[in-house]
This record gives sequence, structure tokens and C-alpha cells, in this order.
Amino acid sequence: MALEKKDVEAIAHLARVAIDEADVEDYAESLSNILGLADQLNSVDTDGVTPMAHPMHMVQRLRADEVSETNQREHLQEHAPAVERGLFLVPQVID
Amino acid sequence: MSNDMHSKTISELAIGLRNGDFSSEELTRSYLDRINASQERLNAFITVTDEQAMKQAQAADQRITAGDSGILTGIPIAHKDIFCTDGVRTSCGSKMLDPFIAPYDAKVIENFQNDGAVMLGKTNMDEFAMGSSNETSFYGAVKNPWALDAVPGGSSGGSAAAVAARIAPGATGTDTGGSIRQPAALCGITGIKPTYGRVSRYGMIAYASSLDQAGPMAASAEDCAMMLQVMAGFDKRDSTSSERDVPDYSADLSKDLSGMKIGLPKEYFGEGLDGDVAKVIETAIDEYKKLGAEVVEISLPNTHMAVPTYYVVAPAECSSNLSRMDGVRFGHRCEDPKDLEDLYKRSRGEGFGTEVKRRILIGAYALSSGYYDAYYLKAQRVRNLISEDFKQAFEKVDLIMGPTTPTPAFNLGEKSDDPLAMYLADIYTIAVNLAGLPGMSLPAGFVNDRPIGLQLIGNYFEESRLLNAGYKFQQATDWHQKIPGEFA
Repeated sequence: MALEKKDVEAIAHLARVAIDEADVEDYAESLSNILGLADQLNSVDTDGVTPMAHPMHMVQRLRADEVSETNQREHLQEHAPAVERGLFLVPQVID
Repeated sequence: MSNDMHSKTISELAIGLRNGDFSSEELTRSYLDRINASQERLNAFITVTDEQAMKQAQAADQRITAGDSGILTGIPIAHKDIFCTDGVRTSCGSKMLDPFIAPYDAKVIENFQNDGAVMLGKTNMDEFAMGSSNETSFYGAVKNPWALDAVPGGSSGGSAAAVAARIAPGATGTDTGGSIRQPAALCGITGIKPTYGRVSRYGMIAYASSLDQAGPMAASAEDCAMMLQVMAGFDKRDSTSSERDVPDYSADLSKDLSGMKIGLPKEYFGEGLDGDVAKVIETAIDEYKKLGAEVVEISLPNTHMAVPTYYVVAPAECSSNLSRMDGVRFGHRCEDPKDLEDLYKRSRGEGFGTEVKRRILIGAYALSSGYYDAYYLKAQRVRNLISEDFKQAFEKVDLIMGPTTPTPAFNLGEKSDDPLAMYLADIYTIAVNLAGLPGMSLPAGFVNDRPIGLQLIGNYFEESRLLNAGYKFQQATDWHQKIPGEFA
């Protein structure tokens, strides 16, 4: 599967990663090569094979729905990029 | 106090501490001095925690005096910068987390602390553990102590180089596709990736959650057994942590190997394997025959599918895991974002390096609408086949052996512009992660003065058997005692 520049731009948007215009071509080439590698999987017959999500086929362990963590808001926000009155600041979203 | 402390193993140092031959303060100071003296040449550390280390050493000395020693009380250990350390920068080798001071300790760090081990600092690594040469680190490449123009391997390259140069007696690593075993092999040290779920992933920055596993890196199998004893165990804060009891890893180290059945996968000795590396591995296997093991050829027919499978599964999981780095709550944020989308995109675009972006993009693509079945689901099916190969092999043999890497350490810059060539450095290690099995690398010789690693693969939760086989090999050989001349 070969990717074109516009494909790379579309994926970069999905992943919310800015890519320099000058680098898009390079990404198109290296990503196409990696997808070429992944395409080798098509040579394997996997009819009837279950997808493997966990090495020991373990299922999600559940716990009682009880409060277990203490409130550490100030501690956790100490090194945040921008905080005001206990809230994380981001550019205005709603006018 | 002697000045050759650095040439001792962890087990020897632990005895020295208990006998009062030297204090943890003296020992820690001597390692900190060695770290600082080598930093310019090796670049093995991102952060050295001098002050904190000396405080921990004092506390350890008090514990030792009080007769309250754990396994590693007073032993200095270096930690890969992927483990969260409360109050200490935890960068994961990335510009994105360069400003990140972790607000809590990873379970692994907690375990070492409770046991009384001393943290020397945080070791350099490939950015977010994505790389096989340590060249993708925001803090620059680590050099291989055996050849300063060669890579140490990756992603736990700083930890491997630190142990090889004896600037730390032991270090932690993590292994998603070979990141403990491959650098251990290229730096001539011993490293073990435990069974998936054996060591808690809590506070270990996630790359590919279904593959990531932490483990010890040290000079010898005996030392790895001591470290793994401290690291392993159930943790309710890791949803995939195993509830199985942890055995005494040192108990069976010297068990006789007579009758042990070793399988050599023919796929690990075919095209792509350097001829001189093959000879070193064959000599090591002969050593096992002398120790009484029986060697048979086996087949792992889907071996060639491991790398393609990994480069779908791992990027898919990474694109999801790394979405938390968004410039909002922690880490790097771009200047003057014009809106929220711009904040996300530029913070991530500036914070991540090229290889990390590549994997995020591949993952986002493989998981995107219309491609999920063709890539991710297909890869998870092939993964099952790879795992089945091992299951069948372990019906016939006790251990699997082969080379850890196809070549000795390559030169810095040699593969950094060719991602696919770099990916093939992990050709023999990746399948082990896909199956979730424990694997180990032992120093087994040299090619062109660069170390070669022998890989041992065990069945689920059979770390003791790996350590036993490693220990017996190291009783019969002295490759693990070799120290690069410049650091001897």
C-alpha cells in the first residue's frame, strides 16, 4: 500500500500531529515502506484463527467500584503547562 | 575500602556490604564518580540523582547496621528513564516529557526503594522506547562502551551501556520487541525479559501495552535473579499483572542441566545471520552439550512474520497510548496556540521525534475506519499463529536457544536513515514479546571485538529455568566478566 502526500496529511490530522510541509514526502515514503512490510501478512492464511489480544488470553480483571485514590489535584497540576484555579488552561473553545 | 568495587557483581557487593567491607555511602559515591567521569564519552544517563542517592545510601547503611537488610539494600541501581520517579524528571527520552517531573513512583521503583536499593539516576533510551540503537533519544545517542563509534542497541541502551562500563552494577530495562535483550547482547551483559504480566507496568510509560514488560539488566544471571526477585509480583494497579506466586529465583541457579532439552529453531540460523555470529552461538551451544543438555532442531515456521506483525500491533497500541501527550496536562506545550487543535498538533509535532511520529501515524492508519480489519485484526490473527509455534515447540523442549541479534553492534548512523533495516535488528527477539514468553540474553563471545549475545527463550513463567541455564553457562565461561578496557 503506497501512501501519497495527501494521505499522510489526512493521517497526521487524525493523529493530531503537525508535520512540516517539507517532511511530508519523506513520511509518505517511509510509511509506505512500513505498510509494505505489513502487507506481507496477507501471505498467511488466517481463516478461522482467533485474533490474539493477550498472551495468556486473560480477561480484564474487575474491581469493586469503590473510591481508592485520594484527591491530589494540586500535586498533579504542579508541573502542568498552564493552570488557573485548579483548572487546566487551553485556548478558548466556545465563543 | 578497595578501589575495585566496580568489578564486583551485585551478589559480591551485597556480601561486602553485609560484612562491613565498605558502606553503601562509599559504594554509591564510587559509582556516582564513575558515572560523572564517563558521561561525556557514553551519554548513558539523562539524569544523575547524586543528592538523593547519597541520602538513600545513608538510610541503607542504617538498615544494614540494624540487621534489616533486603536483597539489594545499599546496592546502587540505575533506572531506565521510562519509569516514573516521584519528584525526578521522567523524560522517556523525549522532548515531549523533558519538562515532566513525575508526581508518583512506578511500582518497580517502589519495589526497589522498599528493598533498600539506591537509585543512581535515570538512564538514556530511545524516545518512548521506539528504536534499536538509542539514536532516537532527544538527549543524543548512547555510545557502546566496547566501541565508542558503535551503537549500544536499544531501546534500553543507556542501561546496557551503564552495566557494561560498570558505572552501575545493575539497571532496569523494558522490552517491547527486544529492548532489554538486544542492547544486553550488543553491550555484552545479561538481561532478562520476564513473562508478560510478571512485573507490574504501573508507572512505566506505556508504548505497546500488550507487549511491554520490565526486567533486570546486570553482569550475571545470578545478579538478574536477585533483581528480578525485587521487581516481580502481583500489582492490582496493573490490570494485566499476574497473580501467580513469585518463586525464589536464586534457589535453582546451580541445578544440574543433565537431560535438559534445548531446541534450536532452524529459522534462527538461516539467511540474515552473520556467519561469525553463528559460530559464536554454535560454540555456546556446544558448552551446553558439555553441561549435559540434549540439543534438537525445531521449527518455528511463522518466524518471518514476527517483524511485520509487530509493526502493526506496536504502532497501533502506541498511537493510542501516546494520545495522552496533548500539551494540556503535562509535558511540552507549543508557544501561542491559536486554538485547541493547533495546541494539540503543534505540541505533538514539536514534542515527538521522527521515529515516534512515524509509528503514531502508522498506528493511526492501521486503526482507522476501513483499515482496521486489514491491518490490526489480521496482525492479531498472525500473532496467534506465532504464539502457537512456541506452544508446540515447548511440548518437545525445555528451552529454546539461538542468537539474540543477527549481527554485532552496528556503527552509529549506519541504520538511522533506514527504518526497515533498523527494524530487522530485532528479528530474533520480537516473536517472544508477541507470544508473551520470557527471554534472556547472555554474553557468549565477540566478533571484531564487539560482544555477541546468546538468546534463551523459556515457557511461560519459567524465568527460574532461564536463570538456571544462564548461571550454569556463566560458571563454565567468563564472557560475562569481561569489561571494556577503557572502563576496567
